[in-house]
Amino acid sequence: MLEIKNLHAGIEGNEILKGINLKVNAGEVHAIMGPNGSGKSTLAQVLAGREEYNVIEGEVNYNGKNLLDLAPEDRAREGVFLAFQYPVEIPGVSNTNLLKTALNEIRKYRGEEELDTIEFLSLVKEKMKLVELDQKFLSRSVNEGFSGGEKKRNEIFQMAVLQPKLAILDETDSGLDIDALKIVANGVNKLRSKDNATIVVTHYQRLLNYIVPDFVHVLYNGKIVKSGGKELALKLEDMGYDWVKSNVAETVAG
Amino acid sequence: MEKTIEIKDWYISNFGEFEKRLNGGKENSIHEKRKRALSNFSKLEFPTIKDEEWKYTSIAPLLKYNFAPTYEKKNVSKEFIKSLLFDEMEHSLIVFINGRYSAEHSDLLNLHKGVIVGSIANEIKNNNEVLLKHFDKYADHQNHIFTALSTAYTEDGAFIYVPAGRIVKEPIHIIFITTSADKKILTQPRNLFVAEKSSQVTIIEHYACDEESTYFTNAVTEIVAEENAVVDHIKLQEESKKAFHIARMEVDQERNSNFSSHLISTGADLTRNEFNARFNDEGGECTLNGLYMIDGTQLFDAHTLMDHAKPHCNSYEHYKGILDDKSRGVFNGKVIVRQDAQKTNAFQENNNILLSDEALVNTKPQLEIFADDVKCSHGATIGQMDEDAKFYLKSRGIGEEVGNGILLHAFASDVVTSIKIGSIRNYIEKIITEKFNQ
Repeated sequence: MLEIKNLHAGIEGNEILKGINLKVNAGEVHAIMGPNGSGKSTLAQVLAGREEYNVIEGEVNYNGKNLLDLAPEDRAREGVFLAFQYPVEIPGVSNTNLLKTALNEIRKYRGEEELDTIEFLSLVKEKMKLVELDQKFLSRSVNEGFSGGEKKRNEIFQMAVLQPKLAILDETDSGLDIDALKIVANGVNKLRSKDNATIVVTHYQRLLNYIVPDFVHVLYNGKIVKSGGKELALKLEDMGYDWVKSNVAETVAG
Repeated sequence: MEKTIEIKDWYISNFGEFEKRLNGGKENSIHEKRKRALSNFSKLEFPTIKDEEWKYTSIAPLLKYNFAPTYEKKNVSKEFIKSLLFDEMEHSLIVFINGRYSAEHSDLLNLHKGVIVGSIANEIKNNNEVLLKHFDKYADHQNHIFTALSTAYTEDGAFIYVPAGRIVKEPIHIIFITTSADKKILTQPRNLFVAEKSSQVTIIEHYACDEESTYFTNAVTEIVAEENAVVDHIKLQEESKKAFHIARMEVDQERNSNFSSHLISTGADLTRNEFNARFNDEGGECTLNGLYMIDGTQLFDAHTLMDHAKPHCNSYEHYKGILDDKSRGVFNGKVIVRQDAQKTNAFQENNNILLSDEALVNTKPQLEIFADDVKCSHGATIGQMDEDAKFYLKSRGIGEEVGNGILLHAFASDVVTSIKIGSIRNYIEKIITEKFNQ
């Protein structure tokens, strides 16, 4: 589904990603872990198409298309979804308005009929249960005045409605209490299928107790320095990121 | 300078013709006021950008034309009027065409006994006592040349009187239509709204035209909210982009009265809107909200004054602007808190979005506070659209054009959510939607 080859990218002249290689197949969950500043969020933003970041080198193939050639909105329409680390507040735009417009723009792109209000509302109501959001929430402005947990749940709710092929969760767990974390993880798990893939970007192993990954990658200093199964996450939790750092140093020295 | 004098003479020289057409109205006591105003007008000069209050608004383009009242009868279609109405709302309708009351298009509901809704020309004829008591009392013309011009040429406009204790549930919708076929028409709507003790009324002042022609609207509105009265005022300006619109509203608020005004404007060629409110007693509350959405070479100037003369009053003011192309906006919001006015709460905010590099806003909050136990704040912002929000929408599959529409709509809607009547909000939402294609 997704193949990243030797991706170098940065912002304002600083190279942050220094040669990322990653292959994600349908049905898989990949966790990308790493210390702060290692480039995790940059990777997520570059995949979503944030204009401030520039790609210096490398390619990203997504379902046979060159992802880097697509405008951010077209990436979304092709099924890429980014759950933001810091979801943006948009005063005056209701959650309903955002979702209905988004869904119908995506359907138009795919040559599908737009949903009418009744169809839309029944879809939305079904998906709300997934993240245990109250109906009143629909008429509220997007993320405005939401608690941290509500914002993250809203991201997963949007994901549930838009049904992406490739979901990238950028530190969706950061700052969540255990109850909110369980709700978010539960939502993600229910959306897992053999046809879609998920990249979970996280700093903490804790989330991976609830969203069990098939692969874990450790990102350090703009490169993936270690890959393995879910047990790698546990090892990281035990030994801390310093272990990775010294490990990398050894490898370089050796 | 020479040209200005010429134009002044032009407006003065038309007075003879105007008097002749008054049909006996000359014997009326209002006519003395007209003549005094004319004499004032002849003594005053049109402002230039050297005047502090007109620093960013040059009226030179307005003075290039010889605007004059028309005495020709013109009509507009029923369909056109219908297009200006709010859906699904019981209301009283008063229509003025080229400044004159149109009985044919007006539609007055059966109002409570004593409530008067209609043409000010009629009430002048009837020597209405309320009119005589309040007319010309609040919009002083000693130093205001456009008000002097209005008062001198007072002919018609809306008169609303709500006696003590009456609640007028159905909004009163006043529509001023200019249909001029480019004949450089001057209309001077002159309105007086009086809400007596503990009464309540909603009034919509709606300015429209049926074609893109050049004309001059010089409107003066005086509003009295007596003790404990609730007056909700909405002004809609949907005029020709070639028109000139100079307007002034003076609000007199007595004890515990509550006044709100929402101004929604898509501008004209040149618009100057002065809203002034005064608390004459304690416990008053006043909301002044505004939204201007302009483009091309339009100029929109909002001047407001909140005069906190007495303690324990609250004022809220929020003006928002969206400016495209080479349009220019001016916001000048003055808040005076006088020495006696302790426990005043006064909040003011002006936010602008510029959609092009050439659009320009001059915003000037002016707080003059002479009391020491008050809560006042003001803020002004001028910016572009929020890039984070734009990217967020894109990441959800919503492209630039639709996304901008959504964001601008949201920015604009903010100041109209406090309008209490849904049908009016819907109509305004429609104006915003048409404007931003979303």
